[in-house]
Amino acid sequence: MNAPAYNFAYLDEQTKRMIRRAILKAIAIPGYQVPFASREMPMPYGWGTGGVQVTAAILGPDDVLKVIDQGSDDTTNAISIRKFFGKTAGVATTTATADATVIQTRHRIPEAPLHAGQVLVYQVPIPEPLRFLEPRETETRRMHALGEYGLMHVKLYEDIARFGHIATSYAYPVKVNARYVMDPSPTPKFDNPKMDNCPALQLFGAGREKRIYAIPPHTDVVSLDFEDHPFTRYRFDAPCALCGAGDSYLDEIVTDDKGGRMFVCSDTDYCESRQQAGHRGSESAAPHKERAHG
Amino acid sequence: MTTVAELPAGFADKVLSAQSTFRSVMDAMARPGSIQRIASMAGTPDTMMRGTAAIALTLFDHDTPVWLDGRMSATANIAKWLKFHTSAPIVADSSIAGFALVGDPQSLPALDRFAFGSNEYPDRSTTLILQVESLTDGPTTELRGPGIDGTVTLRASIQPQDLFERLVINAALFPRGIDVVLVHDDAIVAIPRTTRLVRGG
Repeated sequence: MNAPAYNFAYLDEQTKRMIRRAILKAIAIPGYQVPFASREMPMPYGWGTGGVQVTAAILGPDDVLKVIDQGSDDTTNAISIRKFFGKTAGVATTTATADATVIQTRHRIPEAPLHAGQVLVYQVPIPEPLRFLEPRETETRRMHALGEYGLMHVKLYEDIARFGHIATSYAYPVKVNARYVMDPSPTPKFDNPKMDNCPALQLFGAGREKRIYAIPPHTDVVSLDFEDHPFTRYRFDAPCALCGAGDSYLDEIVTDDKGGRMFVCSDTDYCESRQQAGHRGSESAAPHKERAHG
Repeated sequence: MTTVAELPAGFADKVLSAQSTFRSVMDAMARPGSIQRIASMAGTPDTMMRGTAAIALTLFDHDTPVWLDGRMSATANIAKWLKFHTSAPIVADSSIAGFALVGDPQSLPALDRFAFGSNEYPDRSTTLILQVESLTDGPTTELRGPGIDGTVTLRASIQPQDLFERLVINAALFPRGIDVVLVHDDAIVAIPRTTRLVRGG
């Protein structure tokens, strides 16, 4: 009597209907956080319960799912969520960005450009961009209602006053469709420009905070800044040590206790496909050695 | 009197039909003006179109008050069918409806009779589901807004003819507003509150 007692994609139908209605309103009001009745999931908060619920509500048997955690397809979080949907929905999974129809992500946007028909689902810890500036939900809700975002500009200004530049490097606030200020989830600000006019649909799910929000395709997404301190991307000034890429977001990896380090692409699929295409970095295994044993 | 056994059927496969219907509606909402097809079919009571029936079975439940226009409530069949398959409460007051089903859009009430949501909770608004004559023939309307790459041209025969003029209030009210789903047979087009009229209509 061990027959699986789960519905397709784990969630029951009533929950899916509730989430689906929230998603539709989120798309209709870009950047606005729609409250939803988040369920307990068989994983702890912080592991992407919001993203998982959004994915479960949209996923169909014909979808191809990719899950990334900090750009990587190979970390515990990514693998466990991929296996979760492989098991409960029986969907095909992939690590190739271009092949996926639904991509669930924690804290990165893939380097390969997204295309129409894809859905990018973000796992969001704190959906409210104003929360660390104003702890009261009643107040932040009113600020969104009035479009009153002076506080956020004060915060960015204080960065400049203290450090000489806007020091916010991740979860960098954006304005969606010239109305709502939105937290892009803790993606590095390097990824912010990819959200603007993106051909794919972007959905955001925060499980613990019980919010869903969205950016429709081809929507204006502007990173907040000042005329004299314009928004800038940031990346380590080095090529990837494995594939030599000079344009990708890099992770710093400490290699010994003498200050040795290397920089590699955070997006593993991008890095691997470049290596397969013959690109090499300073730390690549020499290709002839690999071939000798193959 | 219609008994439950005589009611048109719901989805044959509730789970996957609801999923594929939702994806069509989601794609429609994410790409305003584009025509999406609803593949999953259910029985249709009275004057309800196939697309409307599928949307109802996908999105309605006890949490969604539903308002029916004169055509939809001409006989009790549609209300009975909705109640049996979705358990959605049918309400007479359109201003508290989560969804409004309009079978005779010619006599669509003024939009301010529906819920616009509040500035704090703009999501608490009515989604209008309008059954229209055609989504492939008729006058052209050029639209722009989030979800549209530049502009998109919709060729449709829509009643009321001044629908897009009426929807201009969405610009002034935003973030409050009305989201519309146009249905003809199995084809749907969504006009969320962010969509603006460029020309025509």
